[in-house]
Amino acid sequence: MGRWGRITRRTLLVGSAAVAGGAAFGVWRLNQPFANPLSPEQGAALNPFVVIDETGVTLVMGRSEMGQGVHTTLAAMLAEEMDLDWSSVRVVHGPAAAAYHNAALAAMGLPVADYAKTPMQHRIAGAMGTLSRAFGLQITGGSTATRDAFEPLRLAGASAREALKRAAADRLGVDAAQLRTEDGAVIAPDDRRVPYTELAEDAARVDPPQVAPRPATEWRLLGQSLPRPDMLAKATGAAAYGVDVRLPGMKFAAIRMNPRLGGPMRGFDPAPALALAGVERVIDLGSGVAVVARNSWAAMKGAEAVDVTWGPAPYPETTEAIFQRIAEAFEGRRNSRLRDDGNTTRTLDDAAQVIEAEYRLPFLAHSTMEPMNATALFTGDALELWTPSQTPLVQARFAAQAVGLRADQVTVHTPYLGGGFGRRLEADYSALAARVAREMPGVPVQVMWSREEDMTHDFYRPAVIARMRGAVQGGLALALEAKVAAPSVTRQAVVRMTGLPAPGPDKGHVEGLFDQPYAIPNYRVEGYLADLDIPLGFWRSVGHSHNGFIHECFIDELAHAAGRDPIEFRLAMIRPESAVAANVLEQVSMMARWRAPREPGTGRGVAFAWSFGTPVAQVIELRDESGRIRIAKAWIACDMGRALDPAIVQAQMESGLIYGVSAAVMGEITFAGGMVEQRNFPE
Amino acid sequence: MELTVNGDRYETDVPEETPLLWVLRDELGLTGTKFGCGVAACGACTVHIDGEAVRSCQIALGDVWGDVTTIEGLGRPDALHALQAAWVRHQVAQCGYCQPGQIMQAAALLAENPAPDDAQIDDWMAGNLCRCGTYSRIRAAIHDAANSLAEEA
Ligand code: FES
Ligand code: FES
Repeated sequence: MGRWGRITRRTLLVGSAAVAGGAAFGVWRLNQPFANPLSPEQGAALNPFVVIDETGVTLVMGRSEMGQGVHTTLAAMLAEEMDLDWSSVRVVHGPAAAAYHNAALAAMGLPVADYAKTPMQHRIAGAMGTLSRAFGLQITGGSTATRDAFEPLRLAGASAREALKRAAADRLGVDAAQLRTEDGAVIAPDDRRVPYTELAEDAARVDPPQVAPRPATEWRLLGQSLPRPDMLAKATGAAAYGVDVRLPGMKFAAIRMNPRLGGPMRGFDPAPALALAGVERVIDLGSGVAVVARNSWAAMKGAEAVDVTWGPAPYPETTEAIFQRIAEAFEGRRNSRLRDDGNTTRTLDDAAQVIEAEYRLPFLAHSTMEPMNATALFTGDALELWTPSQTPLVQARFAAQAVGLRADQVTVHTPYLGGGFGRRLEADYSALAARVAREMPGVPVQVMWSREEDMTHDFYRPAVIARMRGAVQGGLALALEAKVAAPSVTRQAVVRMTGLPAPGPDKGHVEGLFDQPYAIPNYRVEGYLADLDIPLGFWRSVGHSHNGFIHECFIDELAHAAGRDPIEFRLAMIRPESAVAANVLEQVSMMARWRAPREPGTGRGVAFAWSFGTPVAQVIELRDESGRIRIAKAWIACDMGRALDPAIVQAQMESGLIYGVSAAVMGEITFAGGMVEQRNFPE
Repeated sequence: MELTVNGDRYETDVPEETPLLWVLRDELGLTGTKFGCGVAACGACTVHIDGEAVRSCQIALGDVWGDVTTIEGLGRPDALHALQAAWVRHQVAQCGYCQPGQIMQAAALLAENPAPDDAQIDDWMAGNLCRCGTYSRIRAAIHDAANSLAEEA
């Protein structure tokens, strides 16, 4: 009960405020309050969590829906406590506001393995949460949205429900304790029903009661696979993504930035673009150009037609030279040694046989299905921005900076995201749209990236070199040493997003390697940061995306050296560390009938990872189809604790598997002449 | 230029070489059809011309040979096409961005082959990318829609 007690006594206040024709309930901090983003003069549209007016109940989400089902699960937390009729629940994305800070995300920055957190470390993690509030990070990323919302949203829902009951008690002349709630209405003992919509205004004047959320045993919605409120719109073409924003008088623009990332533009001739039908303007953006036209196609054609002279890239020009630079990091200063059990050096020196492997993993692009885009309207002292992002506050700040405004002069709307995967944590596309809009005050403009521009101007998952050594004894791993070199995503991104340096050991760089639940007596993991100015970003699962691969490939090498079955070998070392982790391996082994005889022409592999608080094990079966390898089957077992929506969990796990496999099979990004060579989806 | 989309007549003065995709989205305001690649590599822009599934990013306005149907015209929220209903039942969409193209591609399949097997579905749908990886539910929903169409018939 510790966390609950802390929240009610000191941290959170549940409150309400009147809005035109209704009431709004929210939760915000009492001791260091953020401005409540609810502002009555803007009507009922702006509110942290719940807006009730005469038209119904709307749940306002501070997290972006990019396919991961977060709107469904977060809405279910509120609906559960408020006894709403699920089929009538309306969900909208809230405004950019600091009240939606993500504490779970900052807590994860600690250099401690998730599975091994002690109560003390949990307290430190809590303290780090305040850091994310200090930055005002309203972020959908790091697999944190559901965990971060679990208590506040249920508290807000419970408080709103009780306030509505008190309002009804006054109206009906009945004791609130005798009332119950069902399908969006308060019900009296004599079965009289008062819909919330009729009570909203009175409820706004009630001092909101603080009550504990319901225990899991009473849940009707949470724990169920719910129909997603966004599904009908997405099946009928009605869901509005960033690219679908249409405003009166809107122009369409395309951009063309230096393909040598971060390099300057030496000069350009707009004439060939201006000669094309539909092209209206070419705008100088310093390191590239924007072309404004009557439609996106004319704008993209125009952008291609501009005759540009580019300056060089600030990094080595070829993939080979880039890997050379990464390898040099091993000679430099060590950044981290987050695991150092036993005496790895001596054990390996004394070992009869040392198993060694080097892994090289490529840069990867995010390739969201919806290319980068944003729509902006600049009116001198204000900027309105429609931008599909995982970080509305960061977008506001970057866009404001780009056009010389304050962040509070920027209004951010968050439409649906056609995929995020970490790419839309960045704000480059909003800043560019803002700069184009500044050149045409009063005229809304949609800045659309071509697929080519998107793929060649990403913030990439970094390329990585890992050097592994190990030894086995008596069927177990006796020693495992991992050294990883790569440029640091965290350092780049933290500087970019907060303006502050990120000193100390970089956990993201070695996550998935140092924090795995294997009992290996001599176990050491070291990180080396390469100095490389290629834009890097958080790519779905971040460090785990490369380190999970590296760790598990090498565990297979050790299993092979030990002459053991790869699942048996893993279990023997995982069991003593974590029963939960061992269980997912056992489950996947059972599902895949691992011990049953294999069909001829097939091969199977297994891997385990503890990533973002969830242990996962997968088995993949490959089939040899006359020389071509086909991924024939896959099995996944995971244990995230409480599955708040099993069907969404299932969809996310499948999605992650396919995303990972397509990266492994065809996602490689390479450089030549300082430019990314892959320009569109593989044909 | 005149154009029939979802049964409605439209007039546009945009140059004839403009791809149908951009005419629909930017000139006519029918934004259900999506842009993903512009080079026939993703299927997000799939629409029907006279019932045939085509990549609208590859068809110049001047070459449109018949009536165009987009996701907005396939069914409506209150009168869903069997595939759209199956999409909702199977909760197919994640980000949803690729789904209009997936559904239009699948609709052309069912028009031609009312009871496709897994291999035929995989083959027919192979050019439609989904970065969220919804493929298994897409396949299940197509089977389901095929069944419900068969029952209606
Ligand atoms: S946009 Fe037409 S196939 Fe990708
Ligand atoms: S649902 Fe996101 S790309 Fe298919």
